[in-house]
Amino acid sequence: MTESILFLAHVDESGTALPKIAFEALGAALELAQRLGSPLDIGLIGEDIQFAPDLLATAGARRILGVTGADFAKPRFASDAAATEAVCRATTPSLILAPGTSRFLRALPSLAQRLHGQVDTHITSVEAGEGAISATRWFYRQRLEGVIQRDARPWILLVDSGCHEPWHGAPGRGKWEEVVVTLPPEAKRTMVVEIRAPRADAQTIRPDAELLFVAGAGWTKKQSDGKVHPEQAETLILDFLRASGASLGGSKSLVDQSGESQAVLGFMTHMNQVGQTGATPRHPKGLSTCCHGEEPHVVGWRFINERRAINLDPNCGWARGKADVLYVADAFQVMARVNALLGTRTADPEQIEPVASNKNLATEALESEKVKQVG
Amino acid sequence: MSMGYQIVVCGSIVPDPLQTLEPIDTPAGPALKNEMLLPAVLDPWAGHALYEAANLASRVPGSKVWLVSLGAKAKLQQVMMTIAQKVSFELLAIDGPASGFVDAHSVAEILAEAITAIPCLDRSRLLLFGGWESASRGAGVTLQLIGERLGILDQFQGVDQVSVQADGSLEILERIESGRHQVSSCSGPPALLGWATGSLPEPRNNPQIGMVNMRTVMPALQRAKPTTLGQNALRYRSVSPPKQQRQTRVVKDLSADEVAGEIVEWIARK
Repeated sequence: MTESILFLAHVDESGTALPKIAFEALGAALELAQRLGSPLDIGLIGEDIQFAPDLLATAGARRILGVTGADFAKPRFASDAAATEAVCRATTPSLILAPGTSRFLRALPSLAQRLHGQVDTHITSVEAGEGAISATRWFYRQRLEGVIQRDARPWILLVDSGCHEPWHGAPGRGKWEEVVVTLPPEAKRTMVVEIRAPRADAQTIRPDAELLFVAGAGWTKKQSDGKVHPEQAETLILDFLRASGASLGGSKSLVDQSGESQAVLGFMTHMNQVGQTGATPRHPKGLSTCCHGEEPHVVGWRFINERRAINLDPNCGWARGKADVLYVADAFQVMARVNALLGTRTADPEQIEPVASNKNLATEALESEKVKQVG
Repeated sequence: MSMGYQIVVCGSIVPDPLQTLEPIDTPAGPALKNEMLLPAVLDPWAGHALYEAANLASRVPGSKVWLVSLGAKAKLQQVMMTIAQKVSFELLAIDGPASGFVDAHSVAEILAEAITAIPCLDRSRLLLFGGWESASRGAGVTLQLIGERLGILDQFQGVDQVSVQADGSLEILERIESGRHQVSSCSGPPALLGWATGSLPEPRNNPQIGMVNMRTVMPALQRAKPTTLGQNALRYRSVSPPKQQRQTRVVKDLSADEVAGEIVEWIARK
């Protein structure tokens, strides 16, 4: 069976760029198209997509189509489903690859139903071989890995971030065709009001950070003096996040404490939760503190490459093949000294290469985007 | 909202997270070893959806909550003994596999049929709730597929909060990238909300609620129709646990200064 591939993407919140993960999904789509010898079309959605066809001009797409207008500026289920449906009907693809953004994870499963196709999400790789296409994804929250195949077409695959090399190409002059979509009134019952984010200095979730720092419930338990020290814990953790630019994660037992009237860390919310019922972030390194490293939490570390942990219990879960290094030590003492050392090193940047700060990461990301756009 | 909401919560059961999962091959596809013997719990995010539904229903007079649950009858009964003590709902049980390897499209078809068959369901008052992903399949597609079958055009995923406004509209907070929320205003039901953690703690067990619920839960379990789910030509080439096992170096004899030095050096290393 000859496949035809459609790559779908949407403009990001700035309205002037595509999300980073879109380039990764495009890389996966182009590799698949090359292996199958199949044509690839690109579908774009946003208020104004003019910049995007130019950005993707050298990707080798057969056609680039776009749905534009104010109705498609913000992520909204009804308009996103209608726009992607129109692009699919105009291109009749058998395979649809798209980045697993919150916007597409909301809308594209319904698209599968509309097209009488099928959908799979959180795809970590797509391969073609032996006359079939196989997709890999995790089951039971990263505890079992499965390789699946489907006969149904169209087959929609939403690709997770960090799983494929992003496509890089020089920009050019990309031609694109507009697909006109007029929304009925019932598709406009929802309005996106705003994006609510913590204050810039209070934002502890940093997806691009090199390091994930996880705090466990031990930070709020009685210490060697028989007392709890949540204020000291807050200071140590926040100082470390500032100095290192790390992203903050928490164990379920810690984030649940806020609902149980126990001593809590004020900045820790369910959004920070890592594990079976939380997030599965992707960072090159992870440092766990005061956390037992039990399986329901550690499944959230599946995509953390280098792992170290600090815990007073030498028999905790981290010791059982879940971390590369377990330091049997008091996290309060160790993190105070780590902060002191980071302060010293930051003050003397020539002594040692400084740890990437959040500001540096943001600047790097911005520069990287500029390079992509300029080529 | 004088008539109240009709809140249908889709939620199934999953193995207790503390259990070790081992995949096996069966003629029907992959399964978990000793699946029927593993202790089960209500799917965590579906649980949050149920607690949020009950909370919303308690604040809007005339509202009612159904829990539509697909799972092996015996396991459902075991889990309901606990869940039924927490919040008020009417159970709609479907006797079938709750495995993470079952195709989401087949599950959505069965659940949509069950919801459509609820007597006197008023679609104009319908709020379809569920977890935004299960702890088994973890795909986050079943609710959307049901919503499409039911013709619901206002859908939200990763919901942490819903508030009813004075004009009857709903303000909904959805999780998006980088630890932020997208705030939307929806003019009202019908709407679909795939819940993340929400903002409510797990309710304490209340034997009185349990007594009332069990009057309908047990008959619902007895009425549960056995269902066979097709795999929709979904084939598994392999299912395996991750192979990576780290050789952990346990460091016991370093001072806090020495540990801190190692950590800082490790962090700075590219």
